[in-house]
Amino acid sequence: MDLFEYQARDLFEKHGVPVLAGAVATTPEEAHNAAAKIGGKVVVKAQVKVGGRGKAGGVKLAENAEDAKAKAAAILGMDIKGHIVGKVMIAQAAPIAEEYYLAILLDRSNRTFLVMASVAGGMDIESVAHETPEKLAKVAVNSNEGISKELALKIVKAGQFPQEVAEQVADVLLLLWGVFTSEDATLVEVNPLVKTSDGRIIALDGKITLDDNADFRHPDHEALVDHSATDPLEALAKEKNLNYVKLDGEVGIIGNGAGLVMSTLDVVAYAGEKFGGVKPANFLDIGGGASAQVMADGLSIILSDKEVKSVFVNVFGGITSCDAVANGIVQALEILGDAATKPIVVRLDGNNVLEGRRILTSAAHPLIQQLDTMDGAAARAAELAAK
Amino acid sequence: MSIFIDKRNRVIVQGMTGSEGTKHTRRMLASGTNIVGGVTPGKGGQSVEIEGRVLPVFNSVAEAVAATSADTSVVFVPPKFAKAAVIDAIDAAMPLIVVITEGIPVHDTAAFFAYSQSKGTTRIIGPNCPGIITPGESNVGIIPADITGSGPIGLVSKSGTLTYQMAFELRDIGISTAVGIGGDPVIGTTHIDCLRAFQDDEATQAIVMIGEIGGDAEERAATFISEYVTKPVVGYVAGFTAPEGKTMGHAGAIVSGSSGTAQGKKDALEAAGVLVGQTPSEAARLMRALLKR
Repeated sequence: MDLFEYQARDLFEKHGVPVLAGAVATTPEEAHNAAAKIGGKVVVKAQVKVGGRGKAGGVKLAENAEDAKAKAAAILGMDIKGHIVGKVMIAQAAPIAEEYYLAILLDRSNRTFLVMASVAGGMDIESVAHETPEKLAKVAVNSNEGISKELALKIVKAGQFPQEVAEQVADVLLLLWGVFTSEDATLVEVNPLVKTSDGRIIALDGKITLDDNADFRHPDHEALVDHSATDPLEALAKEKNLNYVKLDGEVGIIGNGAGLVMSTLDVVAYAGEKFGGVKPANFLDIGGGASAQVMADGLSIILSDKEVKSVFVNVFGGITSCDAVANGIVQALEILGDAATKPIVVRLDGNNVLEGRRILTSAAHPLIQQLDTMDGAAARAAELAAK
Repeated sequence: MSIFIDKRNRVIVQGMTGSEGTKHTRRMLASGTNIVGGVTPGKGGQSVEIEGRVLPVFNSVAEAVAATSADTSVVFVPPKFAKAAVIDAIDAAMPLIVVITEGIPVHDTAAFFAYSQSKGTTRIIGPNCPGIITPGESNVGIIPADITGSGPIGLVSKSGTLTYQMAFELRDIGISTAVGIGGDPVIGTTHIDCLRAFQDDEATQAIVMIGEIGGDAEERAATFISEYVTKPVVGYVAGFTAPEGKTMGHAGAIVSGSSGTAQGKKDALEAAGVLVGQTPSEAARLMRALLKR
C-alpha cells in the first residue's frame, strides 16, 4: 500500500523523524482552520499518489489562513494525471537553504535492502542517477545487521553531504531505518530532505510503501487505506475477499492462480485481435478452494460489469478440483437466475477434470459452452464478446 | 538425474499437524515422496498416521534431523510463524527448505534469506511457491503429481498454476524436474539458480522458463542464458495486458515504471536466443519442434 504524503508525515513524526507542522484538509474551510492553527505562511499541497504534482500546479504557497482557503479551493478537485485531488495537506512553510535525498527500499534484484543518499535532492532522483551518478550513493544493507551510526555516517559521506550536516543527516537516516523496519515498509523516501536557513534538517516530503502481508502485526495500518480511490466493483470484490482488478475490456475473466489468470488475460487479448480488438474486462483469481459461493460471488461481480459481453472461466485444477469448480458454476447460475444473461465459456483441466466436464454437460445450461483448450476457449470468448 | 530432489531425499514437514500440512503430507506420500516426520513446536513426541504411515512429530527441526536424518524440509506454517520455522531449519543446517506459505511479510523473508546466506548451508525455494517435483521420484510441495511423467524437460516458473498448465502442455514429452520458485519480491532460489542446475543436469535436455511482469529476474536470466546455457530454452512471459502500477495477486506481479514489463522480458529473452511463445500452448509447440530437430 502506498501512503499519501500526509500519512507519511504522520508516521515520520511518530518515529521522531523531524518534520514541520502539517494537517490534512478535504474542504477549503478545513484548510483555513488548519492554516490558522499552524500560523504564518503555509504551503497547500495536493495529496495524490503520483509524481509531478508541483508542475501540474498542485503545490501553492499561501500568505495566511484566508489565502490558504483560496488556494485549497483551487487545488481540491484538480485532475493531476488522472488522479482527482480529494485532500490537501497544509504544511508550515520553511526557509529552505539546501535540498537533499534519502531513501531506504527493498532491492528485489539483490534480495536485500538498499539505502540511497544524495546531496542533490529536490528533483527527479532518476535524472540524478542518470546524469550525475557520482552524487547518488547506493549502499546495500543486510536485513539482520541493520544500520549502525558508523554505517549511516559512511552512507552520508558517500552521498557527498557537507560535513556540517553529516551528523544530523546520519541521525535522520537511523530514524528512517526505524520507520522502515518497525512499520514493515518496502519503501521510505524523503525528497527533499531539507536544511533550513537556520541549520535544521527536516523531512519535507515523504513517500512510504507498506507491505500488506505484514498487516497482521499492524492493526493501525487499516486506518491508512484509501477507500475513495477504489473502483466500486473492486470495493465489492474486496468485501467478498476476492482478488479482482477492473480493466476496460469486454471479456470477463475468472481463473485460479495469479500466473494463470494473467496468462489468460494475455491469451484473450491475443485472440481478441482477430475480433476487432476485444480485450479482457478484469483480473479475477479465485485462488485455491473454489467453492460454489466463491464462484457465485465472482460471477455476479463480473456479470454486473456493464462492459462485459462474455465470460471466460479458465481453471487448471491443481489443489482445486474441477468437479468443485463445475458445481460452483452451476450453483452460481442457479443463485443468479435471470440476472445471468451473458455467455460463459468454460475450460477445465487438471484435478478431476472428467467429472467436472460431466457435471457441466449434464447441467446443459444454455449460457455455458465448454471447450477443451485454453487457446480455443479464449478465441470463443473473444468471438462471443465481439458479437 | 534431476535437480535439487530425487527419490533419495528424506523429507520432513514443518506444520504437518495443521490442516494444510496434513492434507499435503497425504498428497506427497501418495506421489512417492519419502516423508520421514514432521515438526510442530509443542507437539513433539506425538505421532500421526497419514496414508498408512506413522510419522513422528518433533518440537524442532534439529530434533527431527537427529532422529530421521532428514535432508529436506517443506514449510506449511502460517505467515505469522513462518520466519521462526525457517530459521529453525537453517539452524539445523537443513540442506533444502521449500517454503510453500503464502503471505509472509517481506521483512521476514529478507531476514531468513540473509540468515541462510550467512550460514551457507541451506538452499531455500520459495516462499509463496508450489514447490518442486521430480516426477516418479519425489514431490515436495503442492504440485499435483499426476499431470506429467518423467522426461527430458526442465521447467522453472514463478507461478504455480502456470507451472501446472505448462507441465500439462508438455505431458507427451515429460519433465526432469519442475521448480515453482514463487512470486514474492524476495525468493531463495531464482530462475538463474535453476537454469544453472538444469544446464548441469544430465537428465535435462531442454529448458522451459516461465516469467511474469515485475522485477528484473527474467532480464538477468536472459543474460545468464547467453553466457552459460547451451541447452535449448523456450520461454513464456505472462502479464502483457496487466496495467501499470496494479498488483495482480502476486506481490511480485507489479510493474513500476518502464522496467519489468512483459514486452521487455520477452525482448531480453529473445535477444539471448530463447524462443518465446505467445501462449503456453505455443511455447509447448516450440519446444516440441525444437526436440524433433
